[in-house]
Amino acid sequence: MPLNFVLFLGALLFCAGLYTVITKKNTIMVLVGVELMLNAANVNLVAFSRFDAVGIQGQVFALFVITVAAAEAAIGLALVVKVYQHFQTANIDEINELKG
Amino acid sequence: MSLPLIIFYFFGILSAAAAIYIALTKNIIYVAFSLILCFIGLAGVFVFLGAEFIAVTQILVYVGGILVLLIFGVMLTNRLKGEKLVSQSRQKLLGFLVSGMLFYVLLQGILAANFSALEWMSAESGSQTGLKTLGMNLMTEYVLAFELIGLLLLIALIGAVYIAGNKRKEDKHAA
Repeated sequence: MPLNFVLFLGALLFCAGLYTVITKKNTIMVLVGVELMLNAANVNLVAFSRFDAVGIQGQVFALFVITVAAAEAAIGLALVVKVYQHFQTANIDEINELKG
Repeated sequence: MSLPLIIFYFFGILSAAAAIYIALTKNIIYVAFSLILCFIGLAGVFVFLGAEFIAVTQILVYVGGILVLLIFGVMLTNRLKGEKLVSQSRQKLLGFLVSGMLFYVLLQGILAANFSALEWMSAESGSQTGLKTLGMNLMTEYVLAFELIGLLLLIALIGAVYIAGNKRKEDKHAA
């Protein structure tokens, strides 16, 4: 399997995720962008693990990234739901005060 | 071009197209479903890279867990009135410039790098893949990290339940 194609795919996923994080106003969309960026890292890790004759560190690290992504999604969505209950909006431009 | 290579490219292009669609669309539900498409494409790519366990985990955790959470989040944070759920965008030009330039830099870097010069690289490897090797490695060499990540997941899930949970005052009703 060609390594360069997989690396291009990872770069494209990362940049699409970055664009989503920068431009979208809805908090859920921002979380989706972060998930895309974490997956881009995973693609690179697994791709280099494929050509690694010595160890299997790439795949192990990819597993850990998936776990951390799951934890991040759970905490992030809990925070979004709580913030929505308080401010009645999920638009990040309107959530601009810290006082509870 | 052999058939496995064609299938490999198909999965890769599928997830790339889904990622671009996520970046461009406004409808939040479409985003959730194209995220499913993107993750399934990535799972296919992982299978062809010799990481079957990562592929299965990807489908189980992302498609089965995180996406259900995301859709629940969408439903809980929007007033559903039978109209489309739309997310506005801001600073489209700046965002496009930043991410486009980063993509260009990454492309040039990948094209310029000579990965075959790395001493641990071997074009025809795949010797160390497979579920058994992964399990043995996880339980011997990486066992500390494995236990720590389990602890982290437990803490995160308890924290999520505590943050999102309803803190009712039970003692009021007890009297």
